[in-house]
Amino acid sequence: MKKLMLVTALAAMTVSSVQAAGRDTISVVGSSTVYPFATVVAESFGKKTHFNTPKIESTGSGGGMKLFCSGLGVDSPDITNSSRAMKKSEYDKCQKNGVTDITEVHVGFDGITIANSKESEQFKLTRKDLFLALALQVPNPDGSKTLVDNPYQKWNEVNADLPAVRIEVLGPPPTSGTRDAFSELALEGGCKKIDWIKAMKKTDKVAYKTVCHSMREDGRYIEAGENDNLIVQKLVRNPNALGIFGYSFLEQNDDKVQGSIIEGQQPEFESIADGSYPISRPLFFYVKNAHTASIPGIKEYLEEFTSEAAMGDNGYLLDKGLIPLSAEVRAELRKNTSAGTRLVMN
Amino acid sequence: MNNTETVKAGLKKRYAREKRFQFYGKAAVMSGFVFLIFLLFDITTKAIPAFSITEILLEVPMDRSSLGLSTDTSVSIDDEAIAAIDYAGLVKKSLRSQFPEATKRKDKKLLYRLMSGSAEYELRQLIIDDPGLIDGEPLSIWFKADDDVDTFYKLKRNTSRIKAQQVEFIASLKTESRIRTALNWDFFTNGDSREPEQAGIKGALLGSFWTLLVTLMVSLPVGIAAAIYLEEFAPQNRLTDFIEININNLAAVPSIVFGLLGLAVFINFFGMPRSVPLVGGLVLSLITLPTIIISSRAAIKSVPPSLREAALGLGASHMQMVFHHVLPQAMPGVLTGAIIGMAQALGETAPLLMIGMVAFIVDVPDGVLDSATVLPVQIFLWADSPESAFTALTAATILVLLAFLTVMNALAILLRNYFERQR
Repeated sequence: MKKLMLVTALAAMTVSSVQAAGRDTISVVGSSTVYPFATVVAESFGKKTHFNTPKIESTGSGGGMKLFCSGLGVDSPDITNSSRAMKKSEYDKCQKNGVTDITEVHVGFDGITIANSKESEQFKLTRKDLFLALALQVPNPDGSKTLVDNPYQKWNEVNADLPAVRIEVLGPPPTSGTRDAFSELALEGGCKKIDWIKAMKKTDKVAYKTVCHSMREDGRYIEAGENDNLIVQKLVRNPNALGIFGYSFLEQNDDKVQGSIIEGQQPEFESIADGSYPISRPLFFYVKNAHTASIPGIKEYLEEFTSEAAMGDNGYLLDKGLIPLSAEVRAELRKNTSAGTRLVMN
Repeated sequence: MNNTETVKAGLKKRYAREKRFQFYGKAAVMSGFVFLIFLLFDITTKAIPAFSITEILLEVPMDRSSLGLSTDTSVSIDDEAIAAIDYAGLVKKSLRSQFPEATKRKDKKLLYRLMSGSAEYELRQLIIDDPGLIDGEPLSIWFKADDDVDTFYKLKRNTSRIKAQQVEFIASLKTESRIRTALNWDFFTNGDSREPEQAGIKGALLGSFWTLLVTLMVSLPVGIAAAIYLEEFAPQNRLTDFIEININNLAAVPSIVFGLLGLAVFINFFGMPRSVPLVGGLVLSLITLPTIIISSRAAIKSVPPSLREAALGLGASHMQMVFHHVLPQAMPGVLTGAIIGMAQALGETAPLLMIGMVAFIVDVPDGVLDSATVLPVQIFLWADSPESAFTALTAATILVLLAFLTVMNALAILLRNYFERQR
């Protein structure tokens, strides 16, 4: 009986406090790729200012957009992180639900690396090699303009310069942003190098997308889960396998694994920053300007994120593996962010 | 052949069969045991580094000019002046005086990166707590090293994150015995952090506590009441059959479904905040309810009918019979079920994903309405962090979670024994 009363009291307490509450903590959702950077900014923001430390959920870019665009008010997040630009469809949904005034903040870049154990030789790959080795369907090796199920079993069948090692690549599952980016940048990048497939883009866009974005499913590409640390551990145990993960994981584990050279470019900080490393993607976050007035600290959080101390050439985000924007772009960005420049998509 | 001979002929075979079965049984137990030992060994060896931390001894000057305060001793120092001291600069200054040879900008940067970012905050706290330290002797303080230095020094792992120059710095610190490994108390007293050397499980531990408290307060009374009513009072008809089938079904529903339900009902409909233990506890209580109801009903059913009849025969009402005689007898079973349900709730992550408890939360929760995360979620988040030092923290958190589960299960056994002795 006593317990029942306690429960009732608890429930009553909750209802009253929920009604009274605004929210005094910034709520951030979105990409798991931006998460490591956003959390560091949040922590430093919490220590430096008198505001609460923002709460950051890792929901994936798509999931974050969905929550972000669900409406205005304390129940919805203030900021969403994204490892790709907002899509038109998402923008429209936002507009429809009253989230009309959005500011886009470009954070920097993230490189995707294809690594193997240090015990093996470093791979020198091109995007075309990656496409031929990993796509579901590839051009017929006899040279005719038809597609066949991927017949390649060893790397040297793809490209005679590569070692005669079985193709075995560990990478993230389709739900991951890293996988999306890999499909788009590496597979499609390689796919485009084949002229007649590139020509398909104009005639049959859907077929082109299917060919260029489908991974093979015969066990040569192994979905190793979203956990990049696990992929690193598996690479150490299996020196013949390659693994796909973000640059920050390579940097943290470069005593055990090495990144493959892609089209003559080492996966290094400098080559990703100047754009010469071909598999890198931009990172963003989006802010609801309508919340800036009602939720305390958003303005200061944005200042912290875009400050030189965070995303500058010697900023603490670089230590976490972020590849920075150029100084001019940063200055422009800072101006737009503090002014709350409204994102327009037509 | 008569019967006795037939039996004798088959006797050997029967003994052999029994022996074989016993062997299979032993093998099954042994293999389970071996897996458990292997798991515990693996986790423990990985977890050990998390309980120690590398520290570096620094001499911090306390004179006013070093602190950037007015050198006029007649001016008293107020809180504002103390808050305005450049503590980060002070740590850097102490490092530079330790290594006067580092003069180039690049060397200095490498030097600063030896220390954890927490050093300046620790120093600030120290001076705020005791302003009398100002003007005193230089302080010798052990500050935490950066996680890269920690990994290098503790585990002898040599990644490119430690530069040759830093290796020299560390070697020179070692010859002067200004570097040591100490117990990592912060692991138990800090909230989450993105810096492995500052990260702790207090936030997740308290988050789990508040969440389970809500779960217990909701699911125990509701579960027991439902079980008593269904077993003792409810009429046997189609409706109660239907309810019974549904309860049994609910026990097998994947937990993520309850998360979706929680999102739809508690957050979207009732407008409760995201990421709070209250909602987490309510969702988890939905998961534990079927377990508690089913085990409580089984316990109530197992009370012998003679007891009920004796009570009724002596003039007790139906309700008195249930509460004075049946329930005390059934208590061990009810409590065991409840604790097993709670242990199950302690390990859940999937439903919490939907209601926003899988999040980076630094501040330690003070109640059921503060944003919080729980132990298994903390494991999930750390396992996914790039910094290699988080591997050890992940394993250590698993150990803490296992310890918790062991305590809860031991409690279940103790309670059962206690109540069994009572009757």
